[in-house]
Amino acid sequence: MSAANGRATVDVEGLSISYLRRRQPLRVIEDLTFSIRPGEAYGLVGESGCGKSTVAMALMRYLPQNAVVDAGRVTFAGDDLLGADGATLRRWRGSRMAMVYQDPASALNPSMRVGAQISEVYRQHRGMDGAAASKEAEAMLGKVRITDPGRILGRYPHELSGGQQQRVMIAMALSTDPELLVLDEPTTGLDATVEAEVLDLVEQLRSDFDTSILFISHNLGVVRRVCERVGVLYAGRLIEEGPSDELLREPRHPYTLGLLRCVPRRGMRKDALRLEPIPGSLPPLGADLPGCVYASRCPIARERCHVEPPPPYDTGDGRISRCHYHDEVPTIPPGEQQITPPPPSDGATLLKVEDLVKTYGTSGNSMQAVAGVSFEVRQGEVFGLVGESGSGKTSLARCLSGLVDASSGRATFEDHLDISAAEHRRNAELRRKLQMIFQNPDTSLNPRHSVRRILGRALLLLAGVKNRRERERRSLELASSVRLEPRHLQVRPSALSGGLKQRVAIARAFAGEPALVLCDEPVSALDVSVQAAILNLLLDVQAERKVSYLFISHDLNVVRYLADSIGVMYLGQLVDVGPARAVFDPPHHPYTEALVSAMTTLEDSGGSRPRIKLGGPMPSPSDPPSGCRFHTRCPRFLGDICRDEAPPWQRDGEGHQYRCHIRPGELSGLQRANGASPDEPQAATRRDHPPKENGRQG
Amino acid sequence: MEGRDATAVTVRPEAPGSPGRREGFGDLALAAASSKTFLTGAAILVFWVFMALFWGVVAPYDPQAVDPTASLAPPSGEHWFGTDNLGRDVLSRVLAGASSVLTVAPLGTALGMVGGIAVGLVTGYYRGRVDDVIMRVVDALLAFPLIIIAVLVLSVLGSSKVNVVLVIGVVFTPIVARTVRSAVLSEREREYVAAARLRGESGGYIMVSEILPNILSPIAVEATIRLGYAIFTSATLSFLSLGIQEPSPDWGLTISLGRVYLQAAPWVVVFPALALATLVVAVNLVADGLLQAVEE
Repeated sequence: MSAANGRATVDVEGLSISYLRRRQPLRVIEDLTFSIRPGEAYGLVGESGCGKSTVAMALMRYLPQNAVVDAGRVTFAGDDLLGADGATLRRWRGSRMAMVYQDPASALNPSMRVGAQISEVYRQHRGMDGAAASKEAEAMLGKVRITDPGRILGRYPHELSGGQQQRVMIAMALSTDPELLVLDEPTTGLDATVEAEVLDLVEQLRSDFDTSILFISHNLGVVRRVCERVGVLYAGRLIEEGPSDELLREPRHPYTLGLLRCVPRRGMRKDALRLEPIPGSLPPLGADLPGCVYASRCPIARERCHVEPPPPYDTGDGRISRCHYHDEVPTIPPGEQQITPPPPSDGATLLKVEDLVKTYGTSGNSMQAVAGVSFEVRQGEVFGLVGESGSGKTSLARCLSGLVDASSGRATFEDHLDISAAEHRRNAELRRKLQMIFQNPDTSLNPRHSVRRILGRALLLLAGVKNRRERERRSLELASSVRLEPRHLQVRPSALSGGLKQRVAIARAFAGEPALVLCDEPVSALDVSVQAAILNLLLDVQAERKVSYLFISHDLNVVRYLADSIGVMYLGQLVDVGPARAVFDPPHHPYTEALVSAMTTLEDSGGSRPRIKLGGPMPSPSDPPSGCRFHTRCPRFLGDICRDEAPPWQRDGEGHQYRCHIRPGELSGLQRANGASPDEPQAATRRDHPPKENGRQG
Repeated sequence: MEGRDATAVTVRPEAPGSPGRREGFGDLALAAASSKTFLTGAAILVFWVFMALFWGVVAPYDPQAVDPTASLAPPSGEHWFGTDNLGRDVLSRVLAGASSVLTVAPLGTALGMVGGIAVGLVTGYYRGRVDDVIMRVVDALLAFPLIIIAVLVLSVLGSSKVNVVLVIGVVFTPIVARTVRSAVLSEREREYVAAARLRGESGGYIMVSEILPNILSPIAVEATIRLGYAIFTSATLSFLSLGIQEPSPDWGLTISLGRVYLQAAPWVVVFPALALATLVVAVNLVADGLLQAVEE
């Protein structure tokens, strides 16, 4: 498997790493073998806790102090990396190997100008003087396609957008033309449009530079776009490896297949197909597993799998799978497709928001986070709210939930309850009927309270269950409705996995039979395999209890799968609203168009669709552009009319409307001509599992 | 979360009871107990607490027994630490002296902690006008050196054990309130507090039952640090004869009275001073150990 032609840039052989905890070694990487050829992009994917960052750290020799390399060999361009001394490493790092981190905002020095940070690399490793170094820095910024590099050099990191910051990081990393570039989740914290921008850049740079790339990500779609070969990590083992297109189209390990099946694929809708979560959870660190690490969760595991660790089987075409029964993987049938019937919706309006405004700050220095938003949520529907960070969707949710007061406007619930007032002025009925599920279950559950207490308290206040016995009975009921077991009631949240914690949070929101639940990014802190289970649960609970969701997410794949209606927010305003299908198809707002084109789906093999590039960063909400708020970045900018006049709502039948100066007929023509037709009409009914749909790729 | 496996190791959900940063008291104690710093401090502290309770059994002489024939006798087999100007056994007095300081200091600390926690919770949770007003008062109080306030108050109220306890409590309240307030400020932004508000919990419940249990670690550290200062303050006040009065074998008082004989009979001063030093150091070691355990 090592490089057939020439020397590999990185060659890892039999690497095993442990972390010491309380003097107890816990194995995190077990017998890892892979290599990256010169100029190749190698993707390492896996869920959190599988050890992918440990691999990155090991390659940079940045392992934390409590990490121990137990066995194995790592060579970097033929030289022993693990044995290299400090002086050698210092020479290598920055000049021959470089790393780009997940969060560019914290990886850049906030007190140094960007130019000084980049030219430091040239002075350090090339021995250049100040003037030459800053000239090189400017040239480098040009190479990472930053507009106006000369001006950017004089800026501080906080004056740049997330995408620009990550470009600067990449520029720094590439400035010495390294042989190895490690990208550790380079797009994870970024918005979809920015992510697309950064991935485009990485793709372009591949042709300009002859750098080997180790690309670490939890997102299969992202890896597929950028990398030639992919390795899938599970519990510290490389369980499958191969060329990315083939591997993701026809996986040969049940885990890879499971990962692919639990993300919503293009055109997949809740009423046609159910997501398939992977049962069980990751084995605990340092667990003694005699057989295959995945055996306990595997649908085709036999007795042999529990006793005999699978060796890396060569499955042909440069592919490797650590599964005894890798031949059978393509024939694993999709799981039971019990589709939850959507609750009968009588179409009555449940929540009516009219011209809601939320302003933060004082009059002199104010920021309109929500700038006059109107929409309706009907009984029994899922209303998806999408938009990039800073678009005001979370502020809107906080207003509706009552955590903050709305500054002006009206919001009525069930025709008679005014909810523009904050929570302490709300009555018990409203509190019961309108609950919220938060993004991160680690912080939304009190770590010092047991699950029993968390649910009991909610039952006491929201359902008014005073009797202790009765409360216990109802807690058990509530727990079982979110598929928690009675034993989970006794423990504190820290003893539960992320998915189980989010179930507790969901159960808590449902204690008082709510009519509307605000879900603020409820799955974005979770791994994909857990995500699927939580989304299914939300749908099941909805079917049982006939509740409506206001579902906030930045993940368009998830929203498209789940939502009946969708609202798209930009800079505090709703710019596009209507039934889910209509919003995703042209004609739609140019901003929606950009968001849709930035989606990374598994089906794209990259470059098949022209991506719509947004000009410049998002303006600050404290100083929104005049006229149409989107005009500064709009790819369909018309001219003065966009700059001067606020656009009218354009209606496009079926209740779909968007805010733009371009009429539906015209816009539809423009957008279809662009080839950005995201939905095939038959997609929703297709039985969607990977092995059967390989016709379009390759 | 994603992409930081090294941290994921310490907070892995699959391993119950792992020493995450936000774990409970039991885990804190467990982590502290494995630190040498903490254990050393705790051992010395336990020794002095034992003496404070049972000096009557251990002390070779009655600490108040006057023996004019053995005035200022140097350390010997009979009197290990020598005798003072009235011929009282220094060893017995040092052992007995632990009880006064170990009554006054912990009580004063406890009072300061209770007051500080209450003020810190209210100001940190409600913010706004209440916070502004109270914190400005706190700032004003903090501007005065501790000892000056103590001297002022005690000269007005008169010196007694109870008053020393009150003074320490009052002086500590604003200091503790600051620490607690800053812990509350970061804790109140967590979503579990938002969830509690949305289900209609009262402010009191949220402060006491939701937030307080989550800030016990910094409170425990603060309490031990304060205890060290309280011991020192109470000794200082006795030394200035504003605190505990004669004929108590209190260390500060003994040092104050014995300092006249420092040249001729240093043992009268040195041994109670050493006792005081070991106690303060012990408490600080415990505080350091706890702090490390919290930060880990």
